[in-house]
Amino acid sequence: MPALALRGSTLAYLGVMVVLPLAVLAAQSAELGPSAFWKAIFDPFAWHALKLTISTALVMVAINAVMGTATAWVLVRYEFPGKEVMNALIDLPFAVPTVVTGLMLVALYGPSSALGTVLGRAGLGVIYQQPGIVLALLFVTYPFVIRSVQPVLLEVDRGEEEAAATLGASPWMVFRRVTLPTLFPSILTGTALAFSRALGEFGSVVMVAGNRPLETKTGPMYVFGEIESGNRHGAMVVSVVLLATSLGILIALNLIQRRRGGGHGE
Amino acid sequence: MAIAVRNLTKRLGNFAVEDVSFEVPEGQLVALLGPSGSGKSTILRIIAGLEKADSGEVELTGEDATYMPVQRRGVGFVFQHYALFRHMTIRQNVAFGLEVQRLPKAEIKRRVDELLNLVQLSGYSERYPSQLSGGQRQRVALARALAPRPKVLLLDEPFGALDSRVRDELRSWLRKLHDEVHVTSLFVTHDQQEAFEVSDQIVVLNRGKIEQMGPPQELYERPASPFVTEFLGAVNVLPLDSILSMDTMQDEAPLPVDFPTAGGRARVYVRPHDMELTRQSDGRTGWFAHVRRLTHLGGTVRVELKLLDGTDLLVQLTRERSRELELAEGDDIYVVPRNWKVFEERPRPEDRMQPIEGDYVI
Repeated sequence: MPALALRGSTLAYLGVMVVLPLAVLAAQSAELGPSAFWKAIFDPFAWHALKLTISTALVMVAINAVMGTATAWVLVRYEFPGKEVMNALIDLPFAVPTVVTGLMLVALYGPSSALGTVLGRAGLGVIYQQPGIVLALLFVTYPFVIRSVQPVLLEVDRGEEEAAATLGASPWMVFRRVTLPTLFPSILTGTALAFSRALGEFGSVVMVAGNRPLETKTGPMYVFGEIESGNRHGAMVVSVVLLATSLGILIALNLIQRRRGGGHGE
Repeated sequence: MAIAVRNLTKRLGNFAVEDVSFEVPEGQLVALLGPSGSGKSTILRIIAGLEKADSGEVELTGEDATYMPVQRRGVGFVFQHYALFRHMTIRQNVAFGLEVQRLPKAEIKRRVDELLNLVQLSGYSERYPSQLSGGQRQRVALARALAPRPKVLLLDEPFGALDSRVRDELRSWLRKLHDEVHVTSLFVTHDQQEAFEVSDQIVVLNRGKIEQMGPPQELYERPASPFVTEFLGAVNVLPLDSILSMDTMQDEAPLPVDFPTAGGRARVYVRPHDMELTRQSDGRTGWFAHVRRLTHLGGTVRVELKLLDGTDLLVQLTRERSRELELAEGDDIYVVPRNWKVFEERPRPEDRMQPIEGDYVI
């Protein structure tokens, strides 16, 4: 009996905490019918905000995939003084409140800072521009790829790399044909998590983006703004799109990994 | 010479390879034999270019390879744990070294088929390594290493991860394969029986140094040091003084030779099957002994004896001989050594046991 009660209460907890809010959101966004739903998505302001959110997240993901893998590589394959400190610093972005992240970036790159002035003169606006958003996203998602690749890289059989080298493969070819395929699932996981996280990022982005509609206003900012100005339906529809994108990525990731695992896992 | 190693030295913490030189003639299969920590794998990895020596030279088919990167050495390497590419099929694994050379597709396919045939895995080409047994994986690893026609084949404890039945099978199969393919091969093992069964020549290593090298039979019959004697098979180690002071059947010398340096710290090494047991004195040297225990091991019988001075002695007899003697525990009997080796411990600098005159074969 206690087992049944425990099972029942954890299920109920999941329902109340996660499923119920999602269901309410989905239901209310659909209340006005499909045509109103599509109209709300293709509202020029909403559509731009969604596009901006996804495009900045994609740029961030591309940078993270490369730099995160490279960082994990350095942490696993090299010995150097300060390695432990570096390893500890990786998780720091998770501990920084996102608003503080935004504030730090404004202080560093903002128009009133020295660096910001230099960049501005060179025609490279960062803060209150799209590069600022990408910077903020990069900061808040910094650990994802590294922490997902690192353990896999530690487990890589060096024998496979050595075998490839004895068969005549150059170091780059060894990486591309032997190491990277092994790391690929973990890179995919890390980038997908980072992407999902970026879709909903608000605190840091609102600080650096400057809230200019059709220019730097992202999806979550649009949602917040529409609620403020009384357009509950528009806010809900955009929220559902963000949510569905995130969910879709998680499901796709699961499927890909299941297929790979089923094929030839050790 | 297909492989020549000269004055190879490498230090790794408290473990080292010291001044190792040897050669492997074209087409031979040579074993690097030694206990763990003897440096044998390190030497193999240095020859492959996977590790760098502190000093010394490596020559492959007459060409100086000391500073050649691993990719250009043209060696095939087989690892103890197979190291197959797990995300590639068996066909892709074997084809890897050929694709690296950018050979035409048709030629790659032909060569891969040829090799899968050679290792008797033709039906497995589309499987992944995880779907194969250990013995099959190691055969794939061998096919992959042989595919680009390497100048030499290097095998690092190739059967070490397999269970004993598969190991025996694969061992004799490797020997047959070598007789067909004739690629110069150097393999590392800690198993003396494996080295004996497979190789043309054996290099015995101990603590990073070569103890002795030569054909298996020569090592067995004329071991150069106590280490080699003990490593190549079971052996009784007896203090020479106690042997020489022993009572014998007819007051003859306990060992029928003179020892110029007798006494001191010399020891007699005699293998269990190099002794005979007899009940009656027949004019040969015989040591008095007491049978403590008989163990029947199928075709042979292991006899544990105690000599008069209390030294334990192990003798191996054929089943027939034991039956002839009507041997029983508690019997008193004579031990007649047929073949032995005496090593004397020399004072420094070497502090190693040296063979002295007087090894004797009847």
